[in-house]
Amino acid sequence: MSDPTPTLQVREVAFAYPDGTQVLFGVDLTLARGERVALLGPNGAGKTTLVLHLNGILTAGHGDVTVAGLRVLPDNLREIRRRVGIVFQDPDDQLFMPSVREDVAFGPRNLGLAGDELDARVHEALDAVGMAEHIDRPPHHLSFGQRRRVSVATVLAMRPEVLVLDEPSSNLDPASRRELADILTGLDVTTLMVTHDLPYALELCPRAVLLDEGVVVADRPTGLLLSDVELMRSHRLELPYGFVPDGLSARSR
Amino acid sequence: MSGGHGHRLFRPGTSYLHRLPAHTKLVAALTFVLVVVATPRQAYWAFVLYAALQALAAQVAGLGLRHVLRQTVVEVPFVLFAVLLPFLVGGDTVSVGGVELSRAGLSDAWNILAKATLGVWTSVILAGTTSPQAVVSGLQRLRLPRLVVEMLAFMVRYLDVVAHDLQHMRIARASRGFDARGPRHWRVLAQSAGALFIRSYERGERVHLAMLSRGYTGSLPLGGSAAATPRQWAAAAALPAAAAVVAVMAWTSVA
Repeated sequence: MSDPTPTLQVREVAFAYPDGTQVLFGVDLTLARGERVALLGPNGAGKTTLVLHLNGILTAGHGDVTVAGLRVLPDNLREIRRRVGIVFQDPDDQLFMPSVREDVAFGPRNLGLAGDELDARVHEALDAVGMAEHIDRPPHHLSFGQRRRVSVATVLAMRPEVLVLDEPSSNLDPASRRELADILTGLDVTTLMVTHDLPYALELCPRAVLLDEGVVVADRPTGLLLSDVELMRSHRLELPYGFVPDGLSARSR
Repeated sequence: MSGGHGHRLFRPGTSYLHRLPAHTKLVAALTFVLVVVATPRQAYWAFVLYAALQALAAQVAGLGLRHVLRQTVVEVPFVLFAVLLPFLVGGDTVSVGGVELSRAGLSDAWNILAKATLGVWTSVILAGTTSPQAVVSGLQRLRLPRLVVEMLAFMVRYLDVVAHDLQHMRIARASRGFDARGPRHWRVLAQSAGALFIRSYERGERVHLAMLSRGYTGSLPLGGSAAATPRQWAAAAALPAAAAVVAVMAWTSVA
């Protein structure tokens, strides 16, 4: 990578909820510009907690997070939230405005955009996910797959440095899942994808990070990680029945 | 599964009434209802005229008589109350088919029934020609306090979502053989209501999180509806103005 500043740098992040439950025990993770990385791990591994640190919703008890050179601190949350775009799992949580247009405009408007510039930004984001024709519809009149795509547009409209997707393929039918994959691979943005959908991770992300019990236990090329049966099993991960990763053996040998 | 279409009150269309800016319709509907309520109850003919005005408006809006009447069922609880009045109120009585009914009670019942029905019809016509989103932006245009507008906007957005949750819970209960038939089952229903409340509360937290993640700092950028031309205001005023003329005639005839 030519750019020496990592787009996302997580250093020794440890976190405990106010009730004392410690979830993260010193997580290190670095994403270079343009990388697509899958974040894997069983339920309760701390994936969501880690994600909420990336844009300062949660604040680490120890360690720090830096986004394109800017440290996540209470004073620069606005800029951090522009740089880190999180797409939450349930589109009904993500889309809360009366129309697609207003929802996609919500983020950029909070950044101070208005008028033609705002309009252009909204169209650009909706074009990127192929939803421009639905701009004036209320979100609840869209199909689930369409809502998921609009959710992605709502954060693309902020031109983020890092796109963070929480379970992007969940509840999608195969065609919608395929369409979303095409859209995501077409984007020129650093991406961190939290998922249990291992074939999806293999297809979209050259690199995968395995998080369990609040620490990173593996960080390697996705094909290699998925083919390490022992490692996978010890962290409650399993390939779908009958799934033989295409080219896996070639890549891992 | 996908988007609910629970807004059966709204009838999409392109009539003149549909195209009027929402805030002019809101003002017109409110004024009309106030005029109706202020009309003396003895002027029976005035209420017939009001109903005729509404029939005209429904006609212009392309809302079928059947649609309007079907939506009138929301009034039923009030009707039941009104029906009881002639039996409960004392004073002078009049004999109807051998039953002694209170004169004052009958008059009260008529008053409630007539005015409530006209009010419901006004709402049905307004809701039939104005989408829920447009009602919210109309209220915004009318300078309703921001916080209230935001709450309404969220309600419009999430009503379907919560209704779906409720529906799913009902199906899940029924699938395990539950059939609410009597007070013995109220406990389960109450628990379902509690669970729905907690689910909705948690959803509220998740939505808030999603808002914060996109730089929310405390104000929701909702667009108000487009400005209305004087001509549109005049058109919207036609119905309440006609009603006001009727009301003035009613008062002079009673006095």
